[in-house]
Amino acid sequence: MGEVMSQNKETYILAIETSCDETAAAIIKDGREIISNVVASQIESHKRFGGVVPEIASRHHVEQMINVLEETFSKAGMTADEIDAFAVTEGPGLVGALLVGVSTAKALAFAHDKPLIGVHHIAGHIYANRLIEEFQFPLLALVVSGGHTELVLMQEHGQFEVIGETRDDAAGEAYDKVARSMGLPYPGGPEIDRLAKQGEDHLDFPRAWLEDESFDFSFSGLKSAVINTLHNAKQKGIELEKADVAASFQASVVDVLVEKTYRAAQENKVRHVIVAGGVAANSGLRQALEEKFSDQPIKLSIPPLSLCTDNAAMIGAAGMIDYQKGNFSDWAMNANPALDLEIYGNRQR
Amino acid sequence: MKKIKVASETETKRLAEKLAQALRPASVVTLTGDLGVGKTTFTKGFGQGLGVKRTINSPTFTIVKSYSAEIPLHHIDAYRLEDSDEDIGFDEYFTDQAITVVEWPQFIDLFLPEERLEILIERLEDDSRLITLNPIGSYYENVCEELIR
Repeated sequence: MGEVMSQNKETYILAIETSCDETAAAIIKDGREIISNVVASQIESHKRFGGVVPEIASRHHVEQMINVLEETFSKAGMTADEIDAFAVTEGPGLVGALLVGVSTAKALAFAHDKPLIGVHHIAGHIYANRLIEEFQFPLLALVVSGGHTELVLMQEHGQFEVIGETRDDAAGEAYDKVARSMGLPYPGGPEIDRLAKQGEDHLDFPRAWLEDESFDFSFSGLKSAVINTLHNAKQKGIELEKADVAASFQASVVDVLVEKTYRAAQENKVRHVIVAGGVAANSGLRQALEEKFSDQPIKLSIPPLSLCTDNAAMIGAAGMIDYQKGNFSDWAMNANPALDLEIYGNRQR
Repeated sequence: MKKIKVASETETKRLAEKLAQALRPASVVTLTGDLGVGKTTFTKGFGQGLGVKRTINSPTFTIVKSYSAEIPLHHIDAYRLEDSDEDIGFDEYFTDQAITVVEWPQFIDLFLPEERLEILIERLEDDSRLITLNPIGSYYENVCEELIR
């Protein structure tokens, strides 16, 4: 007789994430508990270029993957034989970078004869919150990072509806570009956040609300407005207080993010709002959301900083849902840079 | 070399849409023009032509964004690769069964396929746009002939 899966058995998932510039692996118990979580960051080597460089990223992943895995197992005090399933970020991301993780996970799953689970990167960011707090549905996720700004509505586990997204730049990208035109070091987001606390929002930068009903975002106009203001001041020989530029820019981004999240939460009668992605580390955004939702019956969760940026623990948390549903990938699974969140949520594998 | 004058964003989109429908998988289109001239508008129209349902937004941060559709679309922004001269594995994208649009192609000049369609968008004095199509290779020349006809 084959192994019978009892309800009480603990499930250990080994997860791998290599979609961008972090080589990461983690072991997650029952989708909620971090047993070990290792992230090798490439941020130092990308500073030179002011951002991620794909081939450098891929090469680093290859160099670091085995070390990261060994550390993940040794920190957990576990071996691969004790793992029930292998989850990996299937997409979206840079194809060369994703491939390193996908190939590694495939090899591990094949060698140990255990299920392989392809996970959507953004689903992972959303599920980072479940490592801290159980989800309550309907749930609204504000996903904010360098590449994404989205509002995702969930009625149940593993099901996603994108109800708003940026039409041009992501919030994190606007932060990066504004920081660069202010002469701040990379990554610019934390620098602006730090400066904003010392400045005043008096430069009256625009807020892009778009159509009344829309939950979409637009940050490209704001970015241009800030750059023009800096440029004009320079031409007139006026010295703008950097802290004020940072405070005014941040206020504009945060206002729109918070207001749209709030409206979307009300309109969809959600019980739980969560924040995900690298920009969730922004203290201005965290504070404004906490204030806005403080007198609401809606629960607000923002994960700790270490779970906001790319990591594999979140992939293990999301992968647990697929594990429970029996949504396993086959050996033909490939890195899928165009993987769609809604399709990922609906697919039966 | 073909020059087309378009009067509005809608016309830019329509042209891009028609072009996308005329191209076959593994085609590569480069897009050059100043900030705010309509490169994003063009790419959005191009995506519509391919049947992309998702919102096409900036790939600057991630360098590449890919969209599923009948013929998938890779949208590359090479802006941040100015100081890099490595082959960053672009062949994976260019030879894929997808169509690739490249912004800031000058930064990855060495790695672009020899045959491609170069598009330049310029702002004219009356705020209309002049779109110049520069097909390199007989396949792209035929596509442009068909498009203009």
